[in-house]
Amino acid sequence: MTDPAHVQSRPDEQTAAAPPVVDVRDLRVHFKVHRGLFGSQLVKAVDGVSFSIAAGETLGLAGESGSGKSTVARTLVRINRPTDGSVLLSGAETARLSGQELRAYRRRMQMVYQDPYDSLDPKMTIKDAIGEGLTVRGVPRARRKSEVEELLARVNLPVALAGRYPGQLSGGQRQRVSIARALAVSPEVIVCDEAVAALDVSIRAQVLNLLKDIQADAGVSYLFISHDLSTLRFMADRIAIMYVGRLVEYGTSEQVFAAPAHPYTQALIAAVPDIAALGGPRPAPLPGEPPNPASPPPGCAFHPRCPLAVELCRTVAPPLVRKANGQLAACHVVPDAPEVAR
Amino acid sequence: MTAPPEGSFLSGQLPTAAVEPAAASELAAAADEPSLGRRALTSLRRDPVALISVIAVIVLALVAVFAPLLAPHNPLQAYPNGLASNGAPVGPGSSFLLGTDPNGRDVLSRLIFGARVSLLVGVVATGLASIIGVLVGGIAGYAGGIVDSVLMRITDVVLSFPILLFCVALIAITGPSTRNVMLVIAFGYWTYLARIVRGLVLSLKEREFVVAARTLGIGHRAILRRHILPHLVPAIIVYSTLGIATSILIEASLSYLGIGVPLPQASWGQMISQGQQYFQTAPWLLVAPGVALVLTVLAFNLAGDWLTDLLDPETSGDRR
Repeated sequence: MTDPAHVQSRPDEQTAAAPPVVDVRDLRVHFKVHRGLFGSQLVKAVDGVSFSIAAGETLGLAGESGSGKSTVARTLVRINRPTDGSVLLSGAETARLSGQELRAYRRRMQMVYQDPYDSLDPKMTIKDAIGEGLTVRGVPRARRKSEVEELLARVNLPVALAGRYPGQLSGGQRQRVSIARALAVSPEVIVCDEAVAALDVSIRAQVLNLLKDIQADAGVSYLFISHDLSTLRFMADRIAIMYVGRLVEYGTSEQVFAAPAHPYTQALIAAVPDIAALGGPRPAPLPGEPPNPASPPPGCAFHPRCPLAVELCRTVAPPLVRKANGQLAACHVVPDAPEVAR
Repeated sequence: MTAPPEGSFLSGQLPTAAVEPAAASELAAAADEPSLGRRALTSLRRDPVALISVIAVIVLALVAVFAPLLAPHNPLQAYPNGLASNGAPVGPGSSFLLGTDPNGRDVLSRLIFGARVSLLVGVVATGLASIIGVLVGGIAGYAGGIVDSVLMRITDVVLSFPILLFCVALIAITGPSTRNVMLVIAFGYWTYLARIVRGLVLSLKEREFVVAARTLGIGHRAILRRHILPHLVPAIIVYSTLGIATSILIEASLSYLGIGVPLPQASWGQMISQGQQYFQTAPWLLVAPGVALVLTVLAFNLAGDWLTDLLDPETSGDRR
């Protein structure tokens, strides 16, 4: 913990306790995109992101499409390779693992995918799909049937579904199967990448409650990725907001929702429909589009859309520092926390 | 799924049978998709050409298997009454249904045993070609990078030869025998499957369920076997059926050239070659094996087309 930037990026005092389950430090994921015959361009999909997740905690990660939130998820479960930075799992560096060690790591970090229609093999029965996870964990064949039934019960699915194929299930049922499959390897962390975005609103609440119940039982940590802030408010203990590959705000759920510091977060929260305010004046929508991550604007990437932008924002990228409300934010304009308070 | 045609003895029965009231809500998605066997029957009833070709393939297979029981005579024996007094072959008649050849052997019996050779060569050669093609294409597509480049350049080299010329050249090295004919055809034909399988694997490995299997911690071999191979089966069946037609044609060509199935064994290509010399005086010698060959190849091709539509709707109408 000698790196001052890292110490700075911690929104609360948890460093004193046990090390967090997941500790991501200055993660960078860059892609080379080929253009034309010879040209290529570096896309910095994730550019220096740090966060940590404690045991049994949920970190919500939000941002518009193209912000890099899915790349963060896919890098944690190692679909993508990190270009630079560390990913510590229970204190051990994992960013450079390969081969058998990588496979062992994968068992500890699971993912529930957005698309319930493509994330299960259509030619594999439910019991085989879940059983596959049990094989990975090394459960003997004789115990597999009973464990599959246990897992189905745990995600509130009837045992009768075990012999069915994914094509015979509804979206919500499939997503439960995906959760059961992830649980089959008893991971420490489950990454949910827009896991309920494809579901009907009525089913969505059931699945979210299920995820919460599982967390209470098993103490798993979640990295919960969503563009839907009301879902995050329900699920997350802490919130991180991403904009074009960087965190712009990072704090506890109460801090971020009660008093968003960054103008981007403020705009996102203002855009959440509110039944109580129905018929009242609608907040002004955020002007413009998120920039192309291949060519982000200089300085603060948000400055072309920011109502508060000053000259400094056009040239210098703001650091993620503690603000007066207690959370971290990357903004030149919002006042920093007074030094003495910390 | 459109309604079955009027007057069909099954009409009105199949579509309703697909919906079972007991599980209607739970199985709503399943009921929309009737089982493969049911779809096969429905499409055969609506497509008489496919029906005839499938029946022809089945009949041919039965003929090949039961050749010794079906053949009226010994295909290898020269019968004394099989030649006219002037030494000319006897035309179709009551004792020899399709006449005899210039050696006094029964043409029908030779045709039946020739079907056996054709089908054996077709099935074995295509089977071998499929195994090689699926292995090479699967590994190339899944591994990617340099492995892919090397395997695919080898494939391209083989593919750049006309397949018949390639087989003739190989036979020249190995010498003609039924076994060598099968090996040589397999060695020429696997490239087609390798290309197709590689393409399929390239797209399959990006599918989320394959990515999900990888992040679950499953090894590459298990992913290939459990999550990729089952999705290749329809394409393999389709291209193997078409491959059998091609293999039969190549075998006949090689035998026609005298470098295929060795004499005195009966094969269609060699029968055509012999019949050609007697076309003026004994046309049945050419017509019988010629028609058999054309119908067989046609039946396999049409059956393959039908299988394409049935199993692999995405790639139908997009072959070689």
